[in-house]
Amino acid sequence: MLSVAVKPSTRSAFMLTLKRDLLIAFKRKNDIVNPFMFFVIVISLFPLAISPEGERLAEIAAGVIWIAVLLSAMLSMDSLYRGDFEDGSLEILLLSPHPLFFLVLAKNIAHWLVSGLPVVIASPLLAYMLKLPSESYATLMLTLLVGTPTLSLIGSIAVALTVGLGSRGLILAVITLPFSVPVLIFGTLAVQASASGLPSGGYLTLLLALLAGSLSLAPLTSAAALRISVS
Amino acid sequence: MNQITESTVAMGAPLLEVRDLCCERDERMLFAGLSFVVECGTVLQIAGNNGSGKTTLLRILCGLNDGYDGEIIWRGESTHDTAESFAGDLLYFGHRVGVNKILTPLENLRWSAGMQRNVNDQLLLDALEAVGLRGFEESPCYTLSAGQQQRVSLARLRLSPATLWVLDEPFTTLDVDAVAQLEQTLADHARQGGAVIVTTHHKLTMPSVSRLTLGVS
Repeated sequence: MLSVAVKPSTRSAFMLTLKRDLLIAFKRKNDIVNPFMFFVIVISLFPLAISPEGERLAEIAAGVIWIAVLLSAMLSMDSLYRGDFEDGSLEILLLSPHPLFFLVLAKNIAHWLVSGLPVVIASPLLAYMLKLPSESYATLMLTLLVGTPTLSLIGSIAVALTVGLGSRGLILAVITLPFSVPVLIFGTLAVQASASGLPSGGYLTLLLALLAGSLSLAPLTSAAALRISVS
Repeated sequence: MNQITESTVAMGAPLLEVRDLCCERDERMLFAGLSFVVECGTVLQIAGNNGSGKTTLLRILCGLNDGYDGEIIWRGESTHDTAESFAGDLLYFGHRVGVNKILTPLENLRWSAGMQRNVNDQLLLDALEAVGLRGFEESPCYTLSAGQQQRVSLARLRLSPATLWVLDEPFTTLDVDAVAQLEQTLADHARQGGAVIVTTHHKLTMPSVSRLTLGVS
């Protein structure tokens, strides 16, 4: 019995973790729907509060969408490791014979698929509501497609660091925000540039660089942070 | 020094050896100078009063807690150097049993057992049947009792390829039959050449149990 068992490849451990997290997310729909609804509600309040006038809205549209994305990302982060920490699955994850980097990455990807991707897909509709010039829709979606995974990866570090604390309150925001600000700046700049007919490629490249950096470093940092939180 | 290492390798290094382990927590010495050896085919029961450091010791052995001094030697090498092969040969059952309440027992095991070995649903169903959860495999775990959730996690014992089992209070919420069954499982594992380190206040009846009591100097 002991000898026939084959150790799964890291790839299959990655897929198992990804599938499990997606399954949990679909069974616990509140965790997906709440941040998304928050995103939609925040944006839909702006035309009511500022002015329904197209010109004034178009001016702030990029910033408003990006701020709403940032806030809703932060709202959604908390569920990333909390459940696993509380029920002990995190210990199984840490003690598995696979590189923690890939397992953490799988969890981050699953989290982005259910929290970041819906925001990217819904963004043109909300951009329309804020009267963003239609030629910037593509840029907006592109920047969000590159920016939201970066936000998830950065948030993952902060959540991993604070998962063992009883009451977290604002700590998560205080840790995450300084690192998220570059994403916010380049994201809005890119959209604003394309709205005024300027090339936005440079900002996009910077966003891509941020994604590449966080993709390679954040899972490593999150893994180390998780080890600290559990011990 | 070199000679000693050579001779231990020649004699077959023990599965797990702990040398001079010290742990201090919140300025309180939990244990100091703790040394013991766990050989294949044995069960080590760790006893001690509440708060004597049993759980901490187990977490240190698994590598979940690194606030200690001393050496932990796995098959003749430090666990720091053999982390990956050690993890593949270790099964840890903690206070938090590692069962997600939203998922069903089957879905839980598919992940938690699947991380250590390739599994198929038939294997998982057999393991669930063996721990008396046949008929519950598709119910979400939040509908199960605490004892049943613990059994979901204990089903991993029947699936794991690990040689060393580290179990923290595995008997707590189990009923009389399940306790007897689990004892049998532990005895079988030891007989097949595995090793078990277990904390419990329960009196183990199986043969080949050694006891280590923490908190007495």
